[in-house]
Amino acid sequence: MKPLLEVKNLKKHFPINGTSLFSRNKDMVKAVDGISFNVKAGETLGLVGESGCGKSTAGRSILKLTEPTEGQLIYKGEDITAFRGERMRKLRQEMQLIFQDPYASLNPRKTIEQIITEPMKIFQMEKAARKQKLDRLLDVVGLSSYHKSRYPHEFSGGQRQRIGIARSLALDPELVICDEPVSALDVSIQAQVINLLEELQEEFKLTYIFIAHDLSVIHHISDRVAVMYLGELVEIGDAAEVYQSPKHPYTQALLSAVPKVNPHQEKERIILKGDLPSPANPPKGCKFHTRCPFAEAICRSEKPTMKQVSLTGQMAACHFAKEVVN
Amino acid sequence: MARTPEPVTNTASGESIKASKPIPLWLEAGFRIIKSKTALIGVIIIVLLVLTAILAPVIATHSPTAQDIVNRYQAPSSDHLLGTDELGRDIFSRIVYGTRISIQIGVIAVSISLAIGVLLGGIAGYYGRWIDQIVMRFIDIMMAFPSILMAIALVAVLGPSLQNAMIAVGIVGIPQFARIVRSAVLSIKENEYIEAAKSIGAKHGRILIQHVLPNCVAPIIVQATLGVGTAILDAAGLSFLGLGAQPPTPEWGAMLSDGRAAIQNAPWVVAFPGLAIFLVVLGFNLFGDGLRDALDPRLKQ
Repeated sequence: MKPLLEVKNLKKHFPINGTSLFSRNKDMVKAVDGISFNVKAGETLGLVGESGCGKSTAGRSILKLTEPTEGQLIYKGEDITAFRGERMRKLRQEMQLIFQDPYASLNPRKTIEQIITEPMKIFQMEKAARKQKLDRLLDVVGLSSYHKSRYPHEFSGGQRQRIGIARSLALDPELVICDEPVSALDVSIQAQVINLLEELQEEFKLTYIFIAHDLSVIHHISDRVAVMYLGELVEIGDAAEVYQSPKHPYTQALLSAVPKVNPHQEKERIILKGDLPSPANPPKGCKFHTRCPFAEAICRSEKPTMKQVSLTGQMAACHFAKEVVN
Repeated sequence: MARTPEPVTNTASGESIKASKPIPLWLEAGFRIIKSKTALIGVIIIVLLVLTAILAPVIATHSPTAQDIVNRYQAPSSDHLLGTDELGRDIFSRIVYGTRISIQIGVIAVSISLAIGVLLGGIAGYYGRWIDQIVMRFIDIMMAFPSILMAIALVAVLGPSLQNAMIAVGIVGIPQFARIVRSAVLSIKENEYIEAAKSIGAKHGRILIQHVLPNCVAPIIVQATLGVGTAILDAAGLSFLGLGAQPPTPEWGAMLSDGRAAIQNAPWVVAFPGLAIFLVVLGFNLFGDGLRDALDPRLKQ
């Protein structure tokens, strides 16, 4: 089966100096530096990595909310990289974004009804149909119809996130990028929202790219997991497999940081030394070598490529992927 | 900080919302204006001014243009509350009718600056890059001229009349509005809900008008209020120079100009129109400053 979305060597570089009329920019922050992956229809791809590794930028570049610097985006077999203006606008009906911060992503001067029906208005849905759709959306995200005339500030964080989700679903999208949709919420509400997202996926046949830094959240919701470090993918594979037997030392370190339910269970905690290197001036060779416990000479000079490390398609970008199995 | 547990959100939720409905912004601003004494004085002056303008025929004791040469330069008395001018016209009545003209000038001139300023500032701030450069450099050029000098030049081109004075004062006020709107737009457009609007396929015009500008109203309202005072002052200046209201229109600046020859012998001819201008500008400035403080969310207690 053809994948719904193919991302090929996607790059997004931001200039460091201000874009003034007279200065030419030389230095670039390589927020996303060549990532490639496929997303199959109906699956959930979890995208993890620590803060600043470029996962949100990757999500926004895929939706072309920021123009990618390089690379190719193929959606339903069609190259959408060069889509601009009206063509891209039309395509937005099929790809939506759920935002991280439910406080910042809703216009404070609009009522809930206005917020949720705006996408339908933009794409010229009729008034009666809009009303019907609004009621249905409120129902599926667990809000009441008398919330319609209220303003965002009258709601709690979890409720606001539901409003944001309803807005994203207003156009019946196929692909939804969830940009840390629960990280701004209380732990008690995170589970509610995640369960809601799972229910909606089933009901509306959605495909998710689920961005998060919380590994337990990702584990719960994802079919496949992609791990990012400093703008690059280091490992990708089936969620169960990646969690069971991570092949990249960075993934191993990340997973060792997840708290275990059983406090008596022995586990080895891998603590990374040093800070995240600057994405403006990333290390040569393998970007992770400055912090990798297994780094050797080749890691400092040669950049590892993504290699298949298991029969089921798990891939990792490490020279020693086969050896460092724990 | 206490955590508020989220209500169980199925269709039955929401009961918990209604209890703590916050006061709307304008009401809260209203409270704060009443609490601040200086702003309150401004409000009172403006209310009195508007009432005077509406009730001018009732308040005025004489016709504002009726001449009575025999009784020229009369000192204030019970018959002529504020005295008479060089043609024997009742100064009190002229000042009362003058409020109508001043309000008209203030509102029309500010509307002109507001409309064009918001348009230019909004476009410059929203689109950024070279559009911003071109618009703002143009605004800089306008700001390089002293405002009254530019107004004089504009009236000189358009021809002296009250209407043209209003247009000139309106044009002179554009840079202030453009700058304030631009800076407000620059900060608002970085909000995530703007990106959200983009992601649901909204066009630029829609984003600017529906999402960006409505969130910039607070600074615009403040500038508009302050602008009315400045506009009245500028227009009075033009009229003083004979470039604005033409005789026998009872315009305060023109009254000052007409009476200045008699300042030694009949100081009331210039003192009272001057006082009227002073009071009105003071009123709008106090109110504007009060509004700025009241609408500033950082001052929220």
